[in-house]
Amino acid sequence: MADFAATDQNFQEEVLKSQLPVLVDFWAPWCGPCKVVGPIVEELAKEYEGKIRVGKMNVDENPMVSGQFGIMSIPTLMVFKNGQPVKTTIGAQGKDTLKKMIDEALAAS
Amino acid sequence: MYDVIILGSGPAGLTAAIYTTRANLKTLVIAGLKWGGQLQLTSLVENFPGFPEGIQGPTLMENMRKQAEHHGAELVTEDFTKADFSRSAGLGKASKPFTVWVGEKEYTSRSVIIASGADARWLGVPGEKERIGRGVSSCATCDANFFKNKNVFIVGGGDSAMEEALVLANVANSVSIIHRRDSLRASEIMQKRAKENKKISFLFNSAITEVKGEGRVQSAIVKNCETGEEKEMPVDGIFVAIGHIPNTKLFEGIDLDEQGYIKVQNHYHTNVPGVFTAGDVHDRSYRQAITAAGFGAAAALEAERWLSLNGEESGFVAN
Repeated sequence: MADFAATDQNFQEEVLKSQLPVLVDFWAPWCGPCKVVGPIVEELAKEYEGKIRVGKMNVDENPMVSGQFGIMSIPTLMVFKNGQPVKTTIGAQGKDTLKKMIDEALAAS
Repeated sequence: MYDVIILGSGPAGLTAAIYTTRANLKTLVIAGLKWGGQLQLTSLVENFPGFPEGIQGPTLMENMRKQAEHHGAELVTEDFTKADFSRSAGLGKASKPFTVWVGEKEYTSRSVIIASGADARWLGVPGEKERIGRGVSSCATCDANFFKNKNVFIVGGGDSAMEEALVLANVANSVSIIHRRDSLRASEIMQKRAKENKKISFLFNSAITEVKGEGRVQSAIVKNCETGEEKEMPVDGIFVAIGHIPNTKLFEGIDLDEQGYIKVQNHYHTNVPGVFTAGDVHDRSYRQAITAAGFGAAAALEAERWLSLNGEESGFVAN
């Protein structure tokens, strides 16, 4: 699976320096809405395999990156491209909304 | 064609599904994207019987979902977009089934249980909407950890406001409860817990009239409702717990009361024969997980009875 666990330690290497765009799912195990979004993110990881990488970041265990990008609510999903956050959604979103976000991020030069 | 379509997947909807499936009724639950309802936004639920140590809200909903699916309920985890409850010819053979749409997909049934619940009400003041998720929140259990050693406001005076305050008091530097009246309507035990917590203070007769800040919440204008005096107060987070709005926008032909709740006829029937209702979408009095579950069971039993009395007459037989 294209999924990987993003952490404070590997964020630079796996997300910011990634050749492919990366969708990062900021989540935590105690968060109900994150459980709603989790399976959708897994599906997207499969559907976009080869086009985008998908990382899941546990905000409890990785406060540095979460703080750096101003995460104040979860689930938050961010698309990183060339080391920059280019798209963000906050709260549980439908698959169509997330696909649109990814497609737009991929299309942008 | 289903025997029952259940709209909603909180305690009301999923309990109804457990009952209808066990009564051998072919059941579809349009669970919604945010399946599980409001309990997904809670932490420890201490007043649901059967769990002496309490149970996490999201776990309780996962269990209810599993139980409903175990008995054969089908679940769609998308939002319904349209519903047609008109049965022009009443119960006669010429009448058409109830139809519910999820985008382009169409589902039909012989009966419907509306258990679509309620959503958090926001303040509706300038600066609030664009800062939801950037300091403005309706879910302390989801977002509290982002406010470690920060100063936060809770708006509201009910049990959920006290709960949010207590959750935040575990991590935040200070918690102020802002309430427009001079007394709380929260239960005694919740008031006591909040008042005994050293981090929690109260601002009575007060209301937030504007939310401000660069990219996130940095301050709020707080108005004293008695004197009309307004002042800007620095704050990092604003948690809104001022009640809920029933999700009834999409139900054409269903009678609502003046506040938008579904009007209940005798025993959880709506004004349309064959359409029943359960939970926070009609209940403005109790709004508890356990009462919602009870309403769900009652509505399911009513639907079962109604189908057995009227099912064949309606000309629709389950496949």
